[in-house]
Amino acid sequence: MNITKEELKHIANLSNLYFSDEELEKYTKDMSSVVEFANELSKIDTQGVEITTSILGEYNIFRKDEVKESFDRDILLQNAPEQGDGMFKIPKVIG
Amino acid sequence: MEYEVVIGLEVHAELATKTKIFCGCSTQFGGEPNTHCCPVCTGMPGALPVLNEKVVEYAIKAGLAMNCDIEQNSKQDRKNYFYPDLPKAYQISQYDLPLCKNGHLEIDVDGQKKNIGITRIHIEEDAGKLNHDEFGGGALVDLNRACVPLIEIVSEPDMRSSAEAKAYVEKIKAILEYLEVSDCKMQEGSLRADVNLSIRPKGETKFGTRTETKNLNSFKAITRAIEFEIKRQIEAVENGEEIIQETRRWDDDRGIGYAMRGKEDAHDYRYFPDPDLALIKLSAEYINNIRENLPELPDSRKQKYINELGLPEYDANIITGSKMLADFFDEATKYCDNAKSISNWIMGDLLRILTEKELEQVPFKPEYLAKLVVMIDSGKISSAIAKKVFEDMFETGENPEDIVTKKGLVQISDEGAIKEIVLKVLENNPQSIIDFKAGKDKALGFLVGQAMKESRGKANPQMLNKMFLEELNK
Ligand SMILES: [Zn+2]
Repeated sequence: MNITKEELKHIANLSNLYFSDEELEKYTKDMSSVVEFANELSKIDTQGVEITTSILGEYNIFRKDEVKESFDRDILLQNAPEQGDGMFKIPKVIG
Repeated sequence: MEYEVVIGLEVHAELATKTKIFCGCSTQFGGEPNTHCCPVCTGMPGALPVLNEKVVEYAIKAGLAMNCDIEQNSKQDRKNYFYPDLPKAYQISQYDLPLCKNGHLEIDVDGQKKNIGITRIHIEEDAGKLNHDEFGGGALVDLNRACVPLIEIVSEPDMRSSAEAKAYVEKIKAILEYLEVSDCKMQEGSLRADVNLSIRPKGETKFGTRTETKNLNSFKAITRAIEFEIKRQIEAVENGEEIIQETRRWDDDRGIGYAMRGKEDAHDYRYFPDPDLALIKLSAEYINNIRENLPELPDSRKQKYINELGLPEYDANIITGSKMLADFFDEATKYCDNAKSISNWIMGDLLRILTEKELEQVPFKPEYLAKLVVMIDSGKISSAIAKKVFEDMFETGENPEDIVTKKGLVQISDEGAIKEIVLKVLENNPQSIIDFKAGKDKALGFLVGQAMKESRGKANPQMLNKMFLEELNK
């Protein structure tokens, strides 16, 4: 299974990644072999096997609707590269 | 050429739970930025979400009230996209196994009833809020709203006009208010709609290319954005242009819609089951229990008003369209049997003043409206005075009986006092007497008007009328 450069560009775009021409060349090949490897799985006969919707095998893990104390704002903002007025400061958003 | 408009809506409603969907942070609106936050709702690596049980219950309530099938097996999925208000870079939503499917609602536009199909209702988390940074030119992110539970109600493309779309959203709002699962405050963003719209030549059965206008948060914006988009698409088609499938925004201040930049249009969300969350399996008993305990819904209350209280359908529609008004009406009719008159006051002056003053709530007790009606019915005050008292109640919130006593507004129904006024008015208006005797009936109205003025609105108009006739016919 071959991935085209266009497909790889699209996937990179969705992940906010930008590649140089050489990188694009290299990753297109790499990605093709990853997909090829994953495609091995489709050789397995899955007739009659239910679609996996959870890997936990657990269900109905709920929480009561009770308010817990929130975190100290300063702790939450500790890793923010920049902050202002108690908020995370980010570059201009386009859109 | 004549065109048909095809509209489908995605309505988002914030649920009125105390806490967020996956953590115990408060959902209260208007807190200081980032003070209702924790590692889960700010998307810190390794933090684990745990589903709030009320979110499931509220979504099922909404589903049942909108005639949906409730799915006993459901799961939650990740919807992946980058936006700074979404700290995890994915939104936990539901993809192929939503909680509710295949519902419908009946809407009423100018007496025309129509069913609108509901494809699905699913649960998901809200995103944070971007605030404009006045100094830096960038943006400031407040995550108080991140992880607040939402239901998304997706309709079939069954609407054909902005009026139908508006009626549909109004119906959803009323139902959610009656269920008390959402406060539906549109100006706070807790109810908002995305509009999918396309046009096609009348008679055509295939759909045209649709656009999606996102995040409309008032009835006015919904109506205007739809009208704008219909006009834009028709003009484009008439000019031989092709409609491009795109996401659009609506600028309510400028009254225009515009396309968002291309990149974000890549609707490739790569959904997959959220591995941090367990499946949802609901027993028939659990669902039935919710069904049996649903509160009364707008339609049944409307029928009651029409059949038992004799209200016109139009009035019943408007009053039951808002839970606040319907509750106010019900409470007022406990203190006064004249339901029609209570309804008239609500439909008339009350709604007018609420709109004028942009109020969400009536500032006085329903009992006070009942007292006002009782005073009119018993002849204690005239309806002209009642209007003034009513305005006063809006200002002060006071008991109308107190207002009437304090301001001396009791209607003059004493024969002697009325006669005194009548004689005085006749003495001052000899020409009117001549006119009346010459057969000009209008003169009587004029005299009564003068007498009302003389008594500053307090004289009983029926008695005035009667006494003028007596005197004039002497
Ligand atoms: Zn939290």
